Amino acid sequence: MIPRQVRVKKIFWETEDVFTLELVSEDYPMSEFYFRPGQFNMLYAFGVGEAAISISSDSAKKNSILHSIHKVGYVTNALSKLKKGDVIGIRGPFGKAWPLEEIKGYDICIMAGGIGLAPLRPSIYYILKHRKQYGKFTLLYGARSPRDMLYPVELEQWAKKHDIHIETIVDRADSMWRGQVGVVTELIDYAELDPERTRSMVCGPEIMMKYSIDELKKNGLNEDQIYLSLERNMKCALGFCGHCQYGPSFVCKEGPVFNFSKVKDIFEIREL
Amino acid sequence: MKTISKDSLDKIIGYLKYKGYKVIGPSVRDGAIIYDEISCIEDLPAGWGDEQEAGHYRLRKRNDGALFGYAAGPQSWKKFLFPGKLKLWEAEKNSKGFEITPANGQFPKYAFIGVRSCELHAVFIQDKVFNNGMFSDTYYNKIRKNIFIAAVNCAEAGKTCFCVSMKTGPKAEEGYDIALTEIINQDEHYFVVDEGTPKGSELMEQIESLTSTEEQLAAADDALKNAESNMGRTLETDGIKSLLYKNHANTVWDQIAKRCLSCANCTMVCPTCFCSNVEDVTDLSGDHTERWRTWDSCFNLDYSKVAGGNFRTSIKARYRQWMTHKLASWIDQFGISGCVGCGRCITWCPVGIDITKEVSNIRKSLKN
Repeated sequence: MIPRQVRVKKIFWETEDVFTLELVSEDYPMSEFYFRPGQFNMLYAFGVGEAAISISSDSAKKNSILHSIHKVGYVTNALSKLKKGDVIGIRGPFGKAWPLEEIKGYDICIMAGGIGLAPLRPSIYYILKHRKQYGKFTLLYGARSPRDMLYPVELEQWAKKHDIHIETIVDRADSMWRGQVGVVTELIDYAELDPERTRSMVCGPEIMMKYSIDELKKNGLNEDQIYLSLERNMKCALGFCGHCQYGPSFVCKEGPVFNFSKVKDIFEIREL
Repeated sequence: MKTISKDSLDKIIGYLKYKGYKVIGPSVRDGAIIYDEISCIEDLPAGWGDEQEAGHYRLRKRNDGALFGYAAGPQSWKKFLFPGKLKLWEAEKNSKGFEITPANGQFPKYAFIGVRSCELHAVFIQDKVFNNGMFSDTYYNKIRKNIFIAAVNCAEAGKTCFCVSMKTGPKAEEGYDIALTEIINQDEHYFVVDEGTPKGSELMEQIESLTSTEEQLAAADDALKNAESNMGRTLETDGIKSLLYKNHANTVWDQIAKRCLSCANCTMVCPTCFCSNVEDVTDLSGDHTERWRTWDSCFNLDYSKVAGGNFRTSIKARYRQWMTHKLASWIDQFGISGCVGCGRCITWCPVGIDITKEVSNIRKSLKN
């Protein structure tokens, strides 16, 4: 599969090491890039390579797509140096989406850690847009420090203007931080979960997801009420290259979003 | 069934060439039987056999002039369907940004001579891999569609063979255009030929043949029985999926890891291993770049690396991934085992790690 060219409409920094690319296409109708919340694209920096990056914009937004990218490897480093008007390659969207249809009618509890909020943001947009079709909506978000918090302005706006209960927490505070200090699992009591009525979506570092899932289970959620999004090395995103294998699954095809019941037996096996 | 003389095989090669096929068959090179383009019967490894054991491969002279008297060598047919190095596309910088051009697709029409039953099964397995229901690999499928397959039944088994355990041989049962069984006795050297497809029959119409006699058929049968009863190895496959899934923490993995060099030989010689990497190669001007797909291996450290860390740093985890994938998760992924029992991974492991033995070690560890 050959990448298609898209142009950088805007690049801006969310935190010290996370930036967002807004991409538009002149050669293809934007409808070719429609995605479902939770899916990802392979972004290609000319001459450098590709990286799998989840889409972080509103899936109802028709004229551009956004990717929030953690600058951490050589491809994302190259992408971070782009300027408005530059062209990159894109393949996708790939992968399974968050189960936004199946979980209609339920209370929603999202638990996100660090950059893990990026793949969940399209779901938040979706739920807020279809707010009446869901029950109580809670977002628990943890970051390393206040400066590492993604989308702080938006978080505030959501909390003010929409029917969503947001709690945030940081590992290490700075002198300006007036919020809570600790890990995201400590926020779970605020959610006042009604276990039977709740469906949860979790994304963040694997260790954060492990403890979040433990906490959700302690609060009475069954394994099949929890969804998570996994990260693995991906080269092709087509199920051919083998790199993203996770037990019997190819994360690119059967993931990145999994129902926890599908991976519960292997989730805690180290180096699987 | 038809019987053809040994020399008629030369006519088969000639006819296939005339029909525009690039004919690939076994040859002796660098002390091994390899697969490459052949132009006549003289290119075949007449009178060559091999001795194989864990970590051991040597050619040896036979005294019967057999053309197919060897067991599976280090190469497999996957190198033609799924080349070790393939250019996917190239891109050129321009005023708009860059322009990508797909690689100039050349799709040779291959005729494979001497495909063993286990190797045929390996092709069936890769058929599923490269057409996974969601995506299909263009190169693989374009080549696959047009290959002519002349299978050759095994009259002998190698010391590391275990196709009987994997139910993939030694008799080629389907998926071939023609299947040959080589018979050599005191004064005769001939092939019993089975036509598997109209394409195979069309070819056989051009070749001088006789209807096989009862005796010849019995000889072909005996040859297969000989191979079947002389398997060098066995692998107990009963409940193997759950055995491996349940034993991810078994200490057998630690023992293997002490010996495994993580060299990736087993994955390179395996006829079903399909992992690949992509490499972007840019010229010095920085204006021209090419993307190449190359074989990769789950034994390589970079294989599971993401920018933020690596999911499988230990050799133990990498070996476990390979073997568990091959024998267990493959079944979940493709409905079939990823192992055809060809024994290559055993023969070509520089330290002689034996997949059949390691499975039995895991089984034994549960009894203690």
